[in-house]
Amino acid sequence: MLDTTRFALPPRPGVGFKTQHFAAIMADPGPVAWLEIHAENYMGAGGRPLAQVCALAERFPISVHGVGLSIGGEGPLDADHLARLKHLLGWLDPASFSEHLAWSTHEGAYLNDLLPLPYTARTLSRVAAHIDQVQDTLGRRMLLENPATYLDFAETEMPETEFLAELVRLTGCLLLLDVNNVHVACTNRGADAAAYLDAFPMAAVAEIHLAGHDTQADDHGTPLLIDSHGAEVADPVWALFRHALSLAGPVPTLIEWDTDVPDWPLLAAEAARAGAVMTGAAA
Amino acid sequence: MSDTKTAFVLAGAMAAALAAHTATPAQAQENEKCYGVSLAGENDCAAGPGTTCAGTSKVDYQGSAWKLVPAGTCESMELPGDRMGSLEPLDRDLPA
Amino acid sequence: MMTRQDEFAAALLDPDRAYPPGLLGKGGPPAARRFDVYRNNVVASLIEALETGFPVVRALVGAPFFKAMAGEFVRRHPPLTPLLMLYGAELPGFLKGFPPVDGLPYLPDIARLELALRESYHAADAAPIAPEALAALPPEALARARLRLAPAVRLIRSDWPVHGIWMAHNGGPNPQPEPEEVLVARPGFDPVLRRLPAGSHAVLLALSSGGRLGDVLAGAPPNFHESNISILLQILLETRAICGISTEELS
Repeated sequence: MLDTTRFALPPRPGVGFKTQHFAAIMADPGPVAWLEIHAENYMGAGGRPLAQVCALAERFPISVHGVGLSIGGEGPLDADHLARLKHLLGWLDPASFSEHLAWSTHEGAYLNDLLPLPYTARTLSRVAAHIDQVQDTLGRRMLLENPATYLDFAETEMPETEFLAELVRLTGCLLLLDVNNVHVACTNRGADAAAYLDAFPMAAVAEIHLAGHDTQADDHGTPLLIDSHGAEVADPVWALFRHALSLAGPVPTLIEWDTDVPDWPLLAAEAARAGAVMTGAAA
Repeated sequence: MSDTKTAFVLAGAMAAALAAHTATPAQAQENEKCYGVSLAGENDCAAGPGTTCAGTSKVDYQGSAWKLVPAGTCESMELPGDRMGSLEPLDRDLPA
Repeated sequence: MMTRQDEFAAALLDPDRAYPPGLLGKGGPPAARRFDVYRNNVVASLIEALETGFPVVRALVGAPFFKAMAGEFVRRHPPLTPLLMLYGAELPGFLKGFPPVDGLPYLPDIARLELALRESYHAADAAPIAPEALAALPPEALARARLRLAPAVRLIRSDWPVHGIWMAHNGGPNPQPEPEEVLVARPGFDPVLRRLPAGSHAVLLALSSGGRLGDVLAGAPPNFHESNISILLQILLETRAICGISTEELS
């Protein structure tokens, strides 16, 4: 059965929208076919942020990417925040909505980071219930993104890929495959990233993310990769991207660059590079 | 002021304000969506700086450990007394 | 009993707390630095949000001091919503009770002003009235009129020259030591600051609670001189701060 939701974003390069690039994008988007915005930055009542995104939405498919819903949280979802999301999505009617397999709010405090969770039967049913609630409230399927992690939990019972596949089965959600996160998390836990991709439920993948990372070391001198979104996509990530495309077929692919944001031409060049890989994979 | 006087004072003031407003050359409206950047505090999904000491150092400012003193433009504001901290609250000329 | 996330969250905000048990690093026992990545992400990113949100407070105390002070603030007042755009509402109160800045009594009001600027930036849009709409009103109707101020308008009254201090950090001269009343408005997409004539704060508060122009002026504080009326009106027109005018009786 053809899943039309999957094709709501074009299978071409997109970029994460930054305010300072507005004029350049409107003048000449180059290879960029769609844009992603962070939901929380557009939850104000008005002003420039909403005016910009309104103008962009007239010309580009928009993906709304939430960073603050805390779907992996132990507590209930923040009803106020879910209502804000519903309002934003109702107003903008974007091509896609995605969030993270992570938690960020605890006991009312927002910790502003995508924090990891153990993968157990218990956390699975809790996350699935949260996804059900999100999809029911928003009236649409959501995409869930695999996390970049720096440590694991002793109580974890199943691999992340199995956890995600179960969530797809239980909730009907789609997946956002962040290839940089795969490289970062697999390197950090000493796992094989290609094997991770081989085990990933590719049929549910509706979007791919690419980004740059930092290379540091832990106390034992072991490489510790940080998901900084502050540099060009690294070579091993491009290689994994090719591998992912060979498994998933053409998928809308986003360049994320959130810190030390470059001028538009460099970001557009990264998008062009992603586009070339996609075209090559399709050929 | 009587109601009538208030009304005429107000009308006069309005006329003066409108005249001044009209006389002001139309400002270049810095309204274009493309200028300016956001005023702070954006959410994103990037990791922070990784291994800095921000998350691992904490100083109890109520104890003696806090050694920092403000050392910015407050030192050169040339407020009365010319020294930071000498600016005393002035008597308000406003009703309490 | 503490849950996994209770332990994790508590250790994130308190570096003196032991690492949560049962964490694994690469192929075995956890390396402390791996948990510290999360500690840093949380605290450094929130400090950064405050640095961007309070540039004048930061300049006044200097970057190193601000960073240390913001770290204390973040641990006491983590955000209560995921909207970082409005993070820091508790900073003015925090500064009042932070002994190392006792010598800078104007700092909390500068923080209030910087918060007001951000609130104004994200406030709802509203079309300003055409000045001609006011010009068209006969004197009696003008006195009866109620003005609606734009959602982006904020009013601040301070014992300190907050406008002067803010301006001094944005290319202006050094401030004169005096109390100030300040209007924040948003004529387009960027908020602007205007110093108001004395007494304007009370006048605008009365207007924004629905008072009629004539009544408000009749009840204006003694320091609000008659000559201030046209200055205030001109500021409101120029900053597009009036978005509605009604001469109807309130139902």
